[in-house]
Amino acid sequence: MRKNGFFARLGLILTMIFLYAPIVVLIVFSFNSSKSRTVWTGFSLQWYVELFDDSRILSALATTLEVSVLAMVFSTVLGTMAAIGFYNMRKRPRTVCMAINNIPMTNADIITGVSLMLLFVFAIGAFNSTLGQLTGVTLKLGFATLLLAHITFDIPYVILSVLPKLNQCDPNIEEAALDLGATPWQAFLKVVLPEIQPGVLNGAIMAFTMSVDDFVISYFTAGSSTSTLAMEVYSMTRKRISPEINALSTLMFVVVLSLLAIVNIRSARQEKAAAARAAKLQGKG
Amino acid sequence: MKKKYLAIPYVVWMAIFVIVPLCLVVGYSLVNPEGQLTLENFKALTQYWTVFATSFRLAIIATAVCLLIGYPIAYWISREGPGVKRIAMIAMMLPMWMNFLLRTYAWMSLLENTGIINTLLANLGVFKLINAVFGTELTYFPMINTPGAVVLGMVYNYLPFMILPIYTVIDKIDTRVIEAAEDLGANGVQVFRKIIFPLSLPGVLSGITMVFIPSVSTFAISKLLGGGMTLLLGDLIEMQFYGNAYNPYLGSAISLVMMVIVLICMAVMNHFGEGEEGAVYF
Repeated sequence: MRKNGFFARLGLILTMIFLYAPIVVLIVFSFNSSKSRTVWTGFSLQWYVELFDDSRILSALATTLEVSVLAMVFSTVLGTMAAIGFYNMRKRPRTVCMAINNIPMTNADIITGVSLMLLFVFAIGAFNSTLGQLTGVTLKLGFATLLLAHITFDIPYVILSVLPKLNQCDPNIEEAALDLGATPWQAFLKVVLPEIQPGVLNGAIMAFTMSVDDFVISYFTAGSSTSTLAMEVYSMTRKRISPEINALSTLMFVVVLSLLAIVNIRSARQEKAAAARAAKLQGKG
Repeated sequence: MKKKYLAIPYVVWMAIFVIVPLCLVVGYSLVNPEGQLTLENFKALTQYWTVFATSFRLAIIATAVCLLIGYPIAYWISREGPGVKRIAMIAMMLPMWMNFLLRTYAWMSLLENTGIINTLLANLGVFKLINAVFGTELTYFPMINTPGAVVLGMVYNYLPFMILPIYTVIDKIDTRVIEAAEDLGANGVQVFRKIIFPLSLPGVLSGITMVFIPSVSTFAISKLLGGGMTLLLGDLIEMQFYGNAYNPYLGSAISLVMMVIVLICMAVMNHFGEGEEGAVYF
């Protein structure tokens, strides 16, 4: 194909500037020594210091990490099991399951959030007016509902990254293991799991990133007493704008960036390994 | 043990946390606070038709702008060498992994009346020049808290959603098809119009869906950049579940109508695009 001319290159560069200028400004002003978000007065780390003294931010950070790690673990286990189940289904039920699996991903976040909120409010209301009165327990929206919501929107991503790996697997290898006397559980642990492991790991990282990044669904399912980092950012932009948000953004950006770098380096390495293996096989044949 | 049974926990999970909630949305939209069946909620929607109109108008504008910028960008990236291609795609996708609230917040400090853009323009003497020429008394351009700022926020947040699927499709086009067309005497414009553009349509369609759905349902962008002046569907839904206007029945009805409209759009898209998978992740 023909190469790009001056005009095309300029367009690409301008788009990059459009995409990155706001982020650069955000990061630069996290190091500003005054409260101003527009006038540079000198370098300082005071907003980072204040950020780490802010108990609300710290507790929101703890909540975010807890919910993301727990949701990652649950959704990876459930999602991997489900992917194996889907893979072994006949075509018709599998298509139906995959269609339902795709609902949380294609629906607008606000719909997922609102519908889950309705479910939780409905279930909690039903519990509190019956069993809760007998036992004296009153439930409300909080960490548990937040976690359930996160698992729900994380699992589809795990399934979507495990299923392709299962499709690549040679089913004969597992059968060979079974023929040679392995129990189904042994065959899974020693044969199938190592084969699909890259997909499982990428799914887990994806689930974690999705959880850390989510705002809308958390906003509707966490209730008033629980708050994640993204929710804290939202309330800060609404009430008390301070360069602390800039410092927080910078840190979150760096974390997400490193996670992504890990995912990409991993997948690049796997591709290379697969290519090398294919070349080796061809050499033998 | 049959392995398909491993899916049972998740199938039950989906039933409880995906199907039942959607049924509840439908159920709530059809009853009043006293629990009687009614269509009142949908009748009440008519008074909010301006919100629907604003939401769809802004989302359509944002989608159109994304397409106008995103298509050429995707096309130009696909014409670069493999190294530049990879870097360009990663660079396009990176900002998406920053929380959209933070990306939107970044624009707040740029667009404010005393924000960076206005400060910069003032320091460059732009306002003095304009005031001298037009006899006005401008000290800043009002940018934040306008519908334009909301559209800008949508475009900025969702532009990569448009670029990626279009790029994926254009990049997959067999170069031999293009060479064949050139051999048969087609010029550059004809190659684009008759080969590249038709073959890239599935990507365009999935890009449009991926920009339009979050744009039409957003509530944070309009709050942050529109300053509550521009009420969108997302804000309206949010207001029904939080705050003084608490009315989940009406909120469900609005959500349901929005969902149905979006589903219809998706169905139309899939009909044309043959279910092209939009690759969200690089």
